[in-house]
Amino acid sequence: MSGRRVVVTGLGAVSAAGLGLRPLVDALHSGTSHIRRIAAFDPAGFPCQVGGEVASFSAREFVPKSYRKAVKVMARDIELAVAAADLAFRDAAMATPGMNGTGEAGPAKTVGGYEGSRVACNIGAGLICANLDELGGAMQTSLDEHRRLDMARWGREGMNNLTPLWLLKYLPNMLACHVTIIHGLKGPSNTITCGEASALLAIAEAASQIFRGDADAAIAGGAETKLNPMGLLRQGKLGRLTTANESPASVCRPFDVAHAGTVLGEGAGLLVLEEAQAAVARGARIYAELVGFGAAADPAGCDPLAQHCGNLHLACRRAMDEAQITAADVDLVIAHGTGVPHEDRLEAARLAELLPAASGNAEVLSITGAIGNTYAAAGALGAAVAAAAIGEQKAPASVNFAASDAGCAGIRISPRSHARKLRYVLVETFSHAGQSAAAVLKAFEGGQA
Amino acid sequence: MRQRVVITGMGTISPLGHDVETLWRGVLAGRSGISKTELFDARTFPSTFSAQVKDFRPQGLVPNLENHAHAGRATQFALAAAHQAWRQAGLDANGGPDRSRVGIYMGCGEGSLDFEAFTTCLLDAWASGKLDTVRWAKLAWERMDLYREVEQEANMVASHLTRQYEVTGPVINVLTACAASTQALGEATWLIRRGLTDVMISGGSHSMIHPLGVTGFNRLTALSTRNDELATASRPFDRTRDGFVLGEGASILILESLESAQARGAAVLAEIIGFGSSADAFRITDQDPDGAGAAAAMHMALKDAGLTAADIDYINAHGTGTSQNDSVETKAVKSVLGARAKACPISSVKSSLGHLIAAAGATELITCVLALRDRVLPPTANYRTPDPDCDLDYIPNTARPAPNVSIIMSNSFGFGGQNNSILIRR
Repeated sequence: MSGRRVVVTGLGAVSAAGLGLRPLVDALHSGTSHIRRIAAFDPAGFPCQVGGEVASFSAREFVPKSYRKAVKVMARDIELAVAAADLAFRDAAMATPGMNGTGEAGPAKTVGGYEGSRVACNIGAGLICANLDELGGAMQTSLDEHRRLDMARWGREGMNNLTPLWLLKYLPNMLACHVTIIHGLKGPSNTITCGEASALLAIAEAASQIFRGDADAAIAGGAETKLNPMGLLRQGKLGRLTTANESPASVCRPFDVAHAGTVLGEGAGLLVLEEAQAAVARGARIYAELVGFGAAADPAGCDPLAQHCGNLHLACRRAMDEAQITAADVDLVIAHGTGVPHEDRLEAARLAELLPAASGNAEVLSITGAIGNTYAAAGALGAAVAAAAIGEQKAPASVNFAASDAGCAGIRISPRSHARKLRYVLVETFSHAGQSAAAVLKAFEGGQA
Repeated sequence: MRQRVVITGMGTISPLGHDVETLWRGVLAGRSGISKTELFDARTFPSTFSAQVKDFRPQGLVPNLENHAHAGRATQFALAAAHQAWRQAGLDANGGPDRSRVGIYMGCGEGSLDFEAFTTCLLDAWASGKLDTVRWAKLAWERMDLYREVEQEANMVASHLTRQYEVTGPVINVLTACAASTQALGEATWLIRRGLTDVMISGGSHSMIHPLGVTGFNRLTALSTRNDELATASRPFDRTRDGFVLGEGASILILESLESAQARGAAVLAEIIGFGSSADAFRITDQDPDGAGAAAAMHMALKDAGLTAADIDYINAHGTGTSQNDSVETKAVKSVLGARAKACPISSVKSSLGHLIAAAGATELITCVLALRDRVLPPTANYRTPDPDCDLDYIPNTARPAPNVSIIMSNSFGFGGQNNSILIRR
């Protein structure tokens, strides 16, 4: 691993702000929230009725013609990942065997010049919810006189109402599998399922695969939607969601004095990573270098009602140690910032200890107010925003932040975006179940390691 | 310089028994862990049998059970397996290791659905050919239990282990279908090699023996339907194989830097010397028919270990008993081992154990460690009819003494084409 460095050269994002990273960055610059009343189904029976939905899009447009049939066996989580992968490779100017319209010569034989076997694919995922209409419909021919499922009938004939490939729609590893198939990625492939920590853990592992020489490039991040009845029920029962449904666009307010819960978002964030010398050799646009990762956990996370933030300061400290930087070096923090009051306060307190105002001038922001909590995608969308911010040397702002909650006063949050010298940006997320992850991105400076 | 990584503890809850030695005796004898499915009424399903964990009660097997009151079945398996492993490694002595230097890397599946609440809500809120989500929301809010819902997230097993051992190092779960726990062990090895942790709790746990799990696999026609010969239904590499037998369980290994193990004076059970991971990038339903993806993972593991194919003494196969896997895996092994392939023994313990899905790889690696210890190779049970497409030495039916066995490879391939191979040495 000695001497190998990893850089970010492609950013693919799908979020409530739109397809591509630009709409999300624009939302952060303009202070626009894309939280709306949920439209995919009638949410009237739920205490929380708002979310950050991705406007309807066709996954078919992100796969080659020969693969369009496969879209039928993609749960929405998979569609989100497939779209983001295509966007990421395009952003990296890498033609892959699976991209549409890559020239008259037909599909590319390599992945942007890399042999497929040298490209890794690590996509974090969540618990994918079976489509309730599909399952309920299939059960209708197997009911007893009390309209209960008759298991004997289901086993004998009812299950045949489900398409043979039904199970494959919902396996979390199918996000990565479809992406590897579409783009011809044959290197190491993994599926990390650690809630909101998933994407940063997946990016860290992809970087590890490049550092250690098992791959020269990778696509990594995460994708998830919980914007379905089961997701809304489970997260609602946890008591994390806002119940103020009247003004959706201003309801998710991380670190703000009026924060009152998080909202469900959905989306995908995928980053193209490359070994630095190879990226330079192919003339890639380099957004940033990945110089440190950390992961940690809080034993309290096994109780769903416990208050914790995954010991995220330990993850951040480890990432900063690996990057060999101190608090004074951190210019910007993309925090998880869910908007759940006790989570915001714990997170702010931990960050304030880690980055005391006296020893630096780090600004903190959360992207959750703009697009909602995107779970397995969250860390990758944060990392993509960080990479773009370094690229344009402009710090985005926290949407819906007006005045700090007293418990969050130890960190500096900018309500407006502004030009700023950004050399080191820290990104962190933590899962409700207690895992946390952090990454340090650095402006790329070339030269020797 | 990278740290060397060794195994210092192992634990299991398996269809063949609730501890490592019982599992091992069962595997060596080719005993079948398969029986009629009792976890739900599967009598009319295409497959009426499975490899269930029998007579499992966490009391007495899991300490501090009061901290895990809501743990699901597979989580209880994992807590019990971890307890065995932690104790064998001697980590409970003197307060144990610095918990900030302990990590967890698991390959665990999702928890089981609260099937009764789930189906009654779905059916009671059904109106005019679709779900009335408003009515469903009200019913589900009343009937579904917060804890049972949250426990279904695949990271919850790792969260319970984090609590049990007060871990503050990195905690990760992967779910790459049938390859998950081998992948977890491989990546856990890298965390230690890179000096990020000293000790890793790693392995897998899974139970898909529930109505929708069996439905899913039956619809894929992946399971054996040999309902009349269920005890011998798992027939890896045999010409009459007709699918895998769904199993459940958990296996956990303690991985440790050699430095840490030596400093503690811990007994070293084996060393992990190589890991390889690849993607088929072929189809979600089929493996690459040439076995190129599987071979790539094996090659990467060998390269990582600085070995050649000639150094492998035994291969613990993925060997599921599906028509496709076993012939593709055979092809892949032949492409990696070349002329030597037929001289290298290879067997599938799924023949007696069933397929533990996410927990399969870790359970199988335990049998590899014990093969090194006892210098004996476990058989492929139920092997009767040779298949021209599967023409290697599968150690049919009888365990084989192997006085010189030193280096073992274990394979795990996931649905969708994620392949993992791991190499251990005495």
